[in-house]
Formats: sequence, C-alpha cells, structure tokens
Amino acid sequence: MLTYLRKRIIASALPLVVVIVGVFALARMTGNPAALYLPLNATDTMRAEFAARNGLDQPIWVQMAQYFGGIFRFDFGTSMRTGQDAAQMALRAFPATLQLAATTMIIAIILALIVGSAAAMKPNGILDRCSSFISMTAASIPDFWLAIVGIWVFAITLGVVPTSGVVGAAAWFLPVATLVMRPFGTLVQVIRGAMVSALSEPYIKLARSKGATEYRVIAQHALRNAAAPGLTVAGDLTVGLVNGAVVVETIFGWPGIGKLMIDSILQRDFAVLQACVLLTAVAIFVLNILIDLGYALLDPRVRPSAGARQRRKARAAQGPTHGSENRTLAPVGPALSTSESSRGNH
Amino acid sequence: MMTEILEPTSRTQSADQAVLEVKGLDVDIRTPKGIVRVVSQVGFSARRGKTLALLGESGCGKSMTAKAIAGLLDPVASVAGGVARLDSKDLLSMTAKQRRKAAGEGLGIVFQDALAALNPVYTIGTQLGEAFRIHRGASRKQAKVEAIELMRRVGIPEPETRVNSYPHQFSGGMRQRILIAMAVALSPNLLIADEPTTALDVTVQAQIMQLLRNLREQEDMAVVLITHDLAVVAEEADDVCVMYAGNVAEQGSVDTVFTRPTHPYTKGLLSSVPTDSQRGAGLNSIPGSPPELSKIPSGCVYQDRCPLVAAVCREQRPALRETGPGQSAACHFAEQVATSQTTEERLAVGDDEK
Repeated sequence: MLTYLRKRIIASALPLVVVIVGVFALARMTGNPAALYLPLNATDTMRAEFAARNGLDQPIWVQMAQYFGGIFRFDFGTSMRTGQDAAQMALRAFPATLQLAATTMIIAIILALIVGSAAAMKPNGILDRCSSFISMTAASIPDFWLAIVGIWVFAITLGVVPTSGVVGAAAWFLPVATLVMRPFGTLVQVIRGAMVSALSEPYIKLARSKGATEYRVIAQHALRNAAAPGLTVAGDLTVGLVNGAVVVETIFGWPGIGKLMIDSILQRDFAVLQACVLLTAVAIFVLNILIDLGYALLDPRVRPSAGARQRRKARAAQGPTHGSENRTLAPVGPALSTSESSRGNH
Repeated sequence: MMTEILEPTSRTQSADQAVLEVKGLDVDIRTPKGIVRVVSQVGFSARRGKTLALLGESGCGKSMTAKAIAGLLDPVASVAGGVARLDSKDLLSMTAKQRRKAAGEGLGIVFQDALAALNPVYTIGTQLGEAFRIHRGASRKQAKVEAIELMRRVGIPEPETRVNSYPHQFSGGMRQRILIAMAVALSPNLLIADEPTTALDVTVQAQIMQLLRNLREQEDMAVVLITHDLAVVAEEADDVCVMYAGNVAEQGSVDTVFTRPTHPYTKGLLSSVPTDSQRGAGLNSIPGSPPELSKIPSGCVYQDRCPLVAAVCREQRPALRETGPGQSAACHFAEQVATSQTTEERLAVGDDEK
C-alpha cells in the first residue's frame, strides 16, 4: 500500500507542475490586474507601485520561481481582491463544491444502478428503449439551459425554490437536479451495457442452476461484475464535478470552488486562481486513489499484493501437482457415503 | 447437520428406475431469418446410479437439450414441446419458483468452462456455500463449513485455507473439481455434466472422470454426460444416446450400440476411431458435414452423408424404432446396417468420390 502510494505521488508530481506552470502563464495573459484595481486615470508611478507591491514587476520566470518556493512553505500568496490568504479562500469554498458533488453523484449512481439494471434485464425490451431515450436525453441536455429553465419553472413560476443561494433544503433542489442529469444519463448507459454482458456470462447460468432468485442473480452475481466499468466512468464524472461545476455554481450563486475560480479569473486574482487549481488537482489525485482502491475492493483479480500472496500460497500448497491430484482422490472412495465417515478420515 | 443433508433420501427404488425421463423434446431458436428447430423430438431416460451419454458432434443439439432440461436456455431459445420428468415431476411445465426449488436440489449441472462458470469476484467458499444459503437457509458460517466439507469431498487440498481463495487462484483441474462440488452440493438425484473435461489436460481429464464416477456411486445419482468423445462414452457410460442434427439417431446400452450399431451415423463414428489393425492406413472419416440447422432436409436428417441413402430416405423421416434388445435407431435400413460388413468400405468409397 505504501509503495503504491509513493509510486502514485511520484507519478503525479510532474503533471501537477505542468498544470501550475500552465495556469500561472495563462492567467497572466488575461491582462494586467492594474487595469482593474486602479482607477482609470491612475498615473504611471501608481501603476509601477501596484506592480511592485504585487510582485508583478519581476520577469515571469522569477515570479514563478517565487511562487514555487512559496508552495514549499505552504504560502500560496494573498488575494489581490480581498487581501486574504489565497489558500484559505480556496479551502473555504471547497466544502460547498464537495457537498454538491457528493450529493449529485450519490443520487446519480443509485438511480443509474436501478434504471441500468432494469434495462439490462430485457435488452431491446420496452423498458430498455425507454431508459435509453431518457438517459440519452439526460446526458445531452446542456446544463446552463436546464438551470435557466429550472429557475423559470420552479423558482419564478411555481415559486417553490429560491433562485439561488444555499439556505435551506429547497435551495439544493435546482443545482442538484441540474447537475445530476449528465452523470445519471451517462452511467445508465454504462451500467446497462456492463449488465447486459455480465448477464450473458456462464457464471450467471451457474447461479441460476443453484436455484438463485432473479434478485440474487442480478444484485449479487451480475452487478458486482458490472460495477467496475461503472466505477471508471463515475470517477471521471466526479472529477468533473469536483473541478467545480462552474456554470451551475455561477448561475445559482453557489459559493463553491467553481464560482471562486470564475470570480478570480474575472478579477485577475492570480493567487486565488492558482490556489483553486492546485486544490482541485490534489482532490482529483486523492479521488483517483480512491477509485483504484474501489477497483481492488470490487474485483479480487486486481488486488496486486493479495493475489501474489495467494498464488505463492497456492503453489506451496499444490507442491508436486501430480502427487497431490492423486492423493486428493483418495477421500472420494466408495466407502464414504456420509460426511461423518469422511470427517473420521481426516 | 451435515449427515442430515448428505444422507441418501428414500433411495429404496430399484436401481433401474428412471430418474429423468425426456420425451418428445423440441427446442426452437429465434433467428433473424425465422424460427429454427435445433432439437427435435428428443427422448431418453437416465437411470439411478448409471451414466447416460449424450453423444454427438458440436452443434448437434446435445448441449441445447441439457440446457432445456435444466431451464437454462438463452433468451433466444425456447422449449416448443415435450416433457422432461425428474422424479416424475415435469421440469418443463414448472413455475419459476418450483424450478428454482428443483435447481440444485433435484438436479445439478457441471459446466464445460470452469473459469467462465465461476464468478470471478466471489471466493470459492461463498460460491460453494451459496446452495446451502439458498435452499437450506444456512448462515454464512454454516455455509462455509459446508463448503470446506465439499472441497474435501472432491479432493481439493487444504480446504480450510483455500476456501477463501478466488477462482483465478486455482488450476483448471481444481476449478473443475469445484464446479463438480457445487453441482453435487445438495445431493441431487440427477447430475448433468456438459463436456466436463473438454477444457482440461488429458491426465487431469482422467482424474475428473474418476471423481464423477466415484460421486455417482456414492450418491447413487443418475448422470447425463454430454460429450463428443467416443472413448469417454465407451469407458464411462452405461447408456448412450447418439444425436445428429437435433435428432436422436440411435440409443441403447453402450455395449450393444458400440458392438452392433444399427444407424449408419453411429457406425460411421465408430469406424472413424483409429485402431491398431489399421496402422499405416489412412484415417476414416464421415464425408461431408452436418446440415445447417435452418436447412435440414425434409426426409432423413442424415441423408446427405449416408452411404445407404435410398429414395425413401429423401421422402420420409425415419422414426425411432426398436432395432434390438433395448436398442433403437432412426433408420429405414437399420437391419442392413447391423448385418452389413460393407459399410466401412462404402464409406471409404465415399471418401474417394469426394
């Protein structure tokens, strides 16, 4: 486990550096913050002073070196806009995004498991066709459109939910309902496909030959096998949400990391933007490890250490194959008709 | 508790009593081109403590027959008629619930490809114990105890530790043993073994067949052995049912059928086995190949490959009729086949013509 973690951290260090460098450079291409933070008639000395105060007078590679140096001291800079610590701001916004993402994904996964499994029971049946239509639609509706229609119908016309904010359970309805569509639609199709192929496997026939009920066959034998592809896609979709559901958070005024990111781009608040990107990158890294652990949990064949240990054990147990095969035939003699006598033998 | 489960239940009937009786079984498959009958009027019976072999080439409908009996047909296939009585209860007209009750308790199935048949994500113990959880309401712990006992019975070393292993951690022979253990878990009266040794090495094959034989004797089960291997039939089976293109060509005890075949197909199969006396000569084979199931001719199903084919064979499908003591064949010229010594020569001629 520790070796695995170490490998993962080393492997993800380089992409992280590339991302930071990219964001660092791109952010500075959006323009000079002085144009936003100083009055229009600011003098050149005022501009120079602003640049010097924010370290913007240095060449970009010096700024970058300073930034990287800061990271190792857990100093991620301060917000030009609020004067607060950038990392603090990102960390404060992150829980709102995580809560939204978790709620959305839990609902999407549960619904998709039910609908996808039901659809797979009779491929091309009426249920399958309906779910295919619904999931396809759900996956392809643009979220900004859905959000605005949702506000119009539920908040303005019916007046049952607020247009924005996080106060009260009703405020969750529109953002979650908007966000849940794409993961739900995508996952239904993935799970349906994986279930159809799992249900045609011989082990399903074996389970039926033991007299397993249809529920047992689907929920235990097929679903566990179909879960791995579902997990891959669910992971990708969660990454998208953790990144900040930028559009949805902005429309509903959800104080999450997506909204903070957009605000800091618009305000050329470089330090906050970089802190947001860094934080989501770390979150995605953690998420990927969780997904890997999930695989190992679902499928014993991808548990590296346990598998090797078992194989070693198995080799030791089997010893000279021929001998053991012969020896093991012994207990099945005609003399044994009940387990009692067989126990006596051992 | 184990004793109670494994104790033979009311096995006082005579040894010759049929455990499974199949009559007039028809199976259809829906294809894009229409409905195809893949099993037609198949009938046979399997006796307690005996092995019946369903013998035939691949695609002759032997596996389909077994799946129909076990209620495990693929969705595109369906039973179109016939009865399959297991202990005098018709499996084919049962409700889903009755069928689930029979599955495992009444009949067990051993599948061909053990790696594919075992669920890769559950331990062997879980899968072996499942039957006890389903039918006997056993707890997880009890089921595991039963699983270990089963593993011991089929000769898997170190069952106490191996019970927690996964299917991919076993060898092919061991996996087949596990499948067999699963099939006999609840001591069914009927065991269907669908090519149980096809995927195995020759040495392991012999061990698996011996295991099946021992279990059959212990449990006094009827075994239906599906195979294309004449040697296996000769060694293991008491009765044989030779199938061709979804029909029964010939059936009877292995001794009579193999010494005095009364169907040209059986005769052709037997003469294609190389013998010592023919050393150096070319190998015999039946010319041609089985008909496509969607294009079965209207007369005898074997007409296109038969050396004895006559006008009547092209017009009228021969019914299965008695051709000897306890032996029947579907051939208009069964008596001729039985007596003629020339079939092999004719077959050889047929080969040259081709």
